[in-house]
Amino acid sequence: MSDVRIDLSLIADMVEKGSRVLDVGCGDGELLALLAARRNVDARGIELSREGVAGCVARGLSVIQGDADTDLGDYPDDAFDYVILSQTIQATRAPRLVLENMLRIGRRAIVSFPNFGHWSIRAQIALRGQMPVTGQLPDSWYDTPNIHFCTIRDFVQLCDKIGAVTERAVALNAAGSDIGVKAPWWFWNLFGQQAVFLLKRSV
Amino acid sequence: MTARTNKTGKASTTASALADPVREASEPSSLLARFGSERALTMDCGAVLDQWQIAYQTYGVLNAARSNAVLVCHALTGDQHVANRNPVTGKPGWWEVLIGPGKPIDTEQVFVICSNVVGGCLGSTGPASVNPMTGKAYGLDFPLLTIRDMVRAQAHLIDHLGIDSLFAVIGGSMGGMQVLQWASSYPERVFAAMPLATGARHSAQNIAFHEVGRQAVMADPDWRGGRYLDGNTRPAKGLSVARMGAHITYLSEAALHRKFGRNLQDREARTFSFDADFQVESYLRHQGSSFVERFDANCYLYLTRAMDYFDLAADHGGSLARAFAGSKTRFCVASFTSDWLFPTPDSRAIVHALNASGASVSFVELESDKGHDAFLLDEPQLFATLRGFIGSAARARGLYGSGTGGRP
Repeated sequence: MSDVRIDLSLIADMVEKGSRVLDVGCGDGELLALLAARRNVDARGIELSREGVAGCVARGLSVIQGDADTDLGDYPDDAFDYVILSQTIQATRAPRLVLENMLRIGRRAIVSFPNFGHWSIRAQIALRGQMPVTGQLPDSWYDTPNIHFCTIRDFVQLCDKIGAVTERAVALNAAGSDIGVKAPWWFWNLFGQQAVFLLKRSV
Repeated sequence: MTARTNKTGKASTTASALADPVREASEPSSLLARFGSERALTMDCGAVLDQWQIAYQTYGVLNAARSNAVLVCHALTGDQHVANRNPVTGKPGWWEVLIGPGKPIDTEQVFVICSNVVGGCLGSTGPASVNPMTGKAYGLDFPLLTIRDMVRAQAHLIDHLGIDSLFAVIGGSMGGMQVLQWASSYPERVFAAMPLATGARHSAQNIAFHEVGRQAVMADPDWRGGRYLDGNTRPAKGLSVARMGAHITYLSEAALHRKFGRNLQDREARTFSFDADFQVESYLRHQGSSFVERFDANCYLYLTRAMDYFDLAADHGGSLARAFAGSKTRFCVASFTSDWLFPTPDSRAIVHALNASGASVSFVELESDKGHDAFLLDEPQLFATLRGFIGSAARARGLYGSGTGGRP
């Protein structure tokens, strides 16, 4: 398990053993399989692509074909201990609604996303005057599925707006290592290439 | 209660003679379980059958732990001959693409059971069977039955076979309704459930299609108020029209267009008559007339009615989630993009309810232009999904030995 993606590993560490987990946009089930193996969770998923679902089902995961924007509304309140959105929020049509639904159906929400405030992205817009294309975000503006990028600061603002409380937040730099908790927000927003937030409802 | 071994069975697969469907209704070329008053079948309508039978086929070997049994539920006009030559039509089994050695439902690993539904016409007690009280066919004296009655009857068969819990129950369309009913009525007896191309209730449109079919049968003077077998006639015209109408609903506009377009049948030009000028007409007429040769008209009335009556949520105070409350069964639900008889929202309603009840469920909508019948056809995406699901369920159940198994 040493070659596990650092952000997935980080998420796995945030999840309590034996809990009920829904991974929204679970892809081929990499995170769910990791959570099942490492944290012994009851793992469920939602995935848009048929191929992804078929791959997950073949791995023995319970995954339904669906869409974060339309299908989260169908789940009852408090159905899960954790609802995870890994590197997907920027591809949803209504990120705020998705986040609200996650906090409704899960006791905790875990969100990881690429930080659009990272210095390399700011530099591409500021110096070249072009939409950024990076190793982490390789698509050009005209064929990217990512329609709602945000910075770490933007995300924190949204959390405040909808009454989500941050229990834990981690920013990872380009090398994939954790930027210390003591660093100020502006530092995270500039040097964090991606961020992982563990959230709960304020009430 | 007695079980009879298969008289004709596997040896008969080489015989060219076709079995008489009227005879098959009471004396089937299948395994047969007969039940008496100690195992009476109590039906939803209040009737009790205390002399009844169920005809079935099996494939593969039941393991010592009796834990590898897979029950296959057939659709409206299907039968128990799921993976062997059909004795009435001489055609291959209706799901041989899915079931057999090395197939997604691997008969080298699991023990497959497929029974004719109660109310059917290939050996399980139904309208075409001889009523022990009168010595004549039941006809309309047979009690109206439900999907739940079919499943109750299957549960008696499973008891009779000494099987406590089924590894899996699988079926499409009306078979899928039975799968859902099984999971709801006997959750502790179903380890894995695969309801395909189905719904938890019959829609108004589907009831409407069925009613047209029934009215076609009953409008045929040869139907004789349901007593046609006494007079040795059959409402062939009416049942044929019913089948033609229904068959259209099993396909899709795209499939019909691809197969036939506006092509003419064995002629250069329109005949300016009501002959079957178009290939699609000729095809439907053939579907109708060949159906009449193998299927009983009264059974068609009863089974379509059973589907119409199916509404699993209504049996649970209007909440489908309650039908699956606390279920430990793992579900795999699949629909097809071009199925307009049981469209994807019907499957999503099932998935929604299973999620709400906390059950383990996988769902995939498969791309196909073949309409409702796609579940019966060679659909690689469906097979890949089922293979994966069955393989992982088998590992969870401790089947397939200690190896990786399941040919993923």
